[in-house]
Amino acid sequence: MSDIEETDGSEGADVASGPVAPHRVIGTPAPAPRLLGSNAPTTAAASSEGAGGVAVAEHDEEIPQPTEEEIQRGNRAEKIIVACFVLAFLAGCGFIAAYIGLPVGLDRLAPGGNAVDAALRSNLALGTSLAVALLALAVGSLLWVRLLMPDVEIVEERHELQSAPADRAAFAETFKQGAGYSQIVKRPMVRRSLLLGTLPLVAAPLVLLRDMGPLPGTSLRHTVWSAGRRLLVYGTNQPLTAADFSAPGSMITIVPEGYEDDPDALTKAAVILIKFRPGELAIPVRTQGSTLVGTMNWTVDNIVAYSKICTHIGCPVALYEQTTHHILCPCHQSTFDASTGATVVFGPAARPLPQLPMTVNTDGYLVAKSDFTQPVGPSFWERG
Amino acid sequence: MSWINARRRRPVAGYAALLLGLVVVGLLYGAFTRSSSSAQASSPPASQSDINTGKDLFDATCSSCHGLDAQGTSQGPSLIGAGAAAVNFQVSTGRMPAKEVGAENERKPPVFNAQQIAQLGDYVASLGGGPAVPDAQQVSTSGANTGLGEQLFSTNCAQCHGFAGAGGALTYGKDAPPLTEASPTQIYEAMLTGPEAMPVFGDGSINPSAKRDIIAYIVATRKEPNPGGFSLGRTGPVTEGLVVFLGGMGFLVLIAMWITYKRRDPRPQGTE
Repeated sequence: MSDIEETDGSEGADVASGPVAPHRVIGTPAPAPRLLGSNAPTTAAASSEGAGGVAVAEHDEEIPQPTEEEIQRGNRAEKIIVACFVLAFLAGCGFIAAYIGLPVGLDRLAPGGNAVDAALRSNLALGTSLAVALLALAVGSLLWVRLLMPDVEIVEERHELQSAPADRAAFAETFKQGAGYSQIVKRPMVRRSLLLGTLPLVAAPLVLLRDMGPLPGTSLRHTVWSAGRRLLVYGTNQPLTAADFSAPGSMITIVPEGYEDDPDALTKAAVILIKFRPGELAIPVRTQGSTLVGTMNWTVDNIVAYSKICTHIGCPVALYEQTTHHILCPCHQSTFDASTGATVVFGPAARPLPQLPMTVNTDGYLVAKSDFTQPVGPSFWERG
Repeated sequence: MSWINARRRRPVAGYAALLLGLVVVGLLYGAFTRSSSSAQASSPPASQSDINTGKDLFDATCSSCHGLDAQGTSQGPSLIGAGAAAVNFQVSTGRMPAKEVGAENERKPPVFNAQQIAQLGDYVASLGGGPAVPDAQQVSTSGANTGLGEQLFSTNCAQCHGFAGAGGALTYGKDAPPLTEASPTQIYEAMLTGPEAMPVFGDGSINPSAKRDIIAYIVATRKEPNPGGFSLGRTGPVTEGLVVFLGGMGFLVLIAMWITYKRRDPRPQGTE
């Protein structure tokens, strides 16, 4: 009980109810808990003091003395366990050696070195040595527990969650004492000016959050497509005529001319172009409010263009089955029927893929008639 | 055997036996379904005798589904205008003659040799033209732009075939096959003709040079090292998750069972 000491000026300590419970200075460790319960002999409690209080002593007489055969087995187990720990030591040394000895990165390799192969070698050596080291430690510890330690169940009771009454009384007393010394009640102007001083700092995050970037404005409702902009094949940037795209069942990814290499624009403006056999494509006239969002008039010679951005959460949809005319989203299996205006036939998407109004220009190239007439991609709060 | 007898009644033995059985079944399945590499098609000039031989082969093996004049039946589509490229792709990959009418014809060893495939192709081409078998020059990957091929592949092919060409599942039992065994000629023909559910990538939209770039990318991915160690078929995070979930967690569960498995006390009862 040496870690308990009387505080100076502790006249108020008399409020503690217990006759022999001295009150404790806040911040100092508690006296060793009596884990064995109130009826445990004091000698057992004393022996467990400071060692986490595991009540081993109580079980001493329950652990039987090992037999000669058990000692023999224990000696064999000891060798295995020691071998495991030595292996862990060697593998750990190997890890350090591999870290120092196997360089990665072009700047540390010899001229002409292959950075990928070097990383492969280094990863393999580091991973293997670390895995062996940790595994050997684990296996050694496990064998120790299973083969050497006695197989006796030991119960460790939790201490009570509530503090002792004396501790709680001491806390209240110290708090009141501190409040009195600081005169925070007696001098209200100090208290109020302190609150006033912290107020701007509390409000400051609001100002900072408000300035975190420009508002999106109407940018979610528009893409870079505009009247007369040609449809280019992504990658080769080749413009297409209807004759270029004449094989029924064709599908290709399209980007708007002028934004071929602009990833920001393409995240919304990417389009898939699909060619149907005559008679297979039948897009009904669809309107949203007074806005036309789907019609056969926007197709050219059984070629139709849909937004490639899924209306669920914006994955690129290009998984097209020409036999069923289904466009699938690889992320969540939203399925759209391309022959009826990319209407949803399955999955979590809420709306058809927007159809790009398309026509041909005087040179015969496929061009956009206008921008999409509805926002592309996933829903957003103000979409309506 | 005594080693097994001593341990077969342990609780762990059941799990071990189940695991062993699954591994054996998996290995046997893999051994029997591995298909051999396919025959390469040559393109000799089409003569009337080749066409006649092709017609005989067609009547004997294909006409029951595609009709005596390749006009198509309820079982198989018309082949008029399908072209020699489609015939070469389907027959050289063993997909035709089909084993059964199902969701998808799987790749298997070809039934006909290269000459017979060419004769069949000549016959079908004589019915109404269609795309021809590409020659070696057209499918050569020397000097091709692999980077552009990667761009085109990832935007137009990867959704179904996977970013490394490992294949993937489609709807209603269909699937996009892995591209690990397809020859450059077969890849070219598949793009040109759009077999089964695959869309067509005609020369108008993906020009022959771009097709070579795509083939070069597919071939290059096969040679890529796997810096992570096991490739797991390169089918992506789903496989890795499954392996970790079933293999890793199963292993940990077995370990946990072993740790908590109570030893039988060798001492007779009641000595304490």
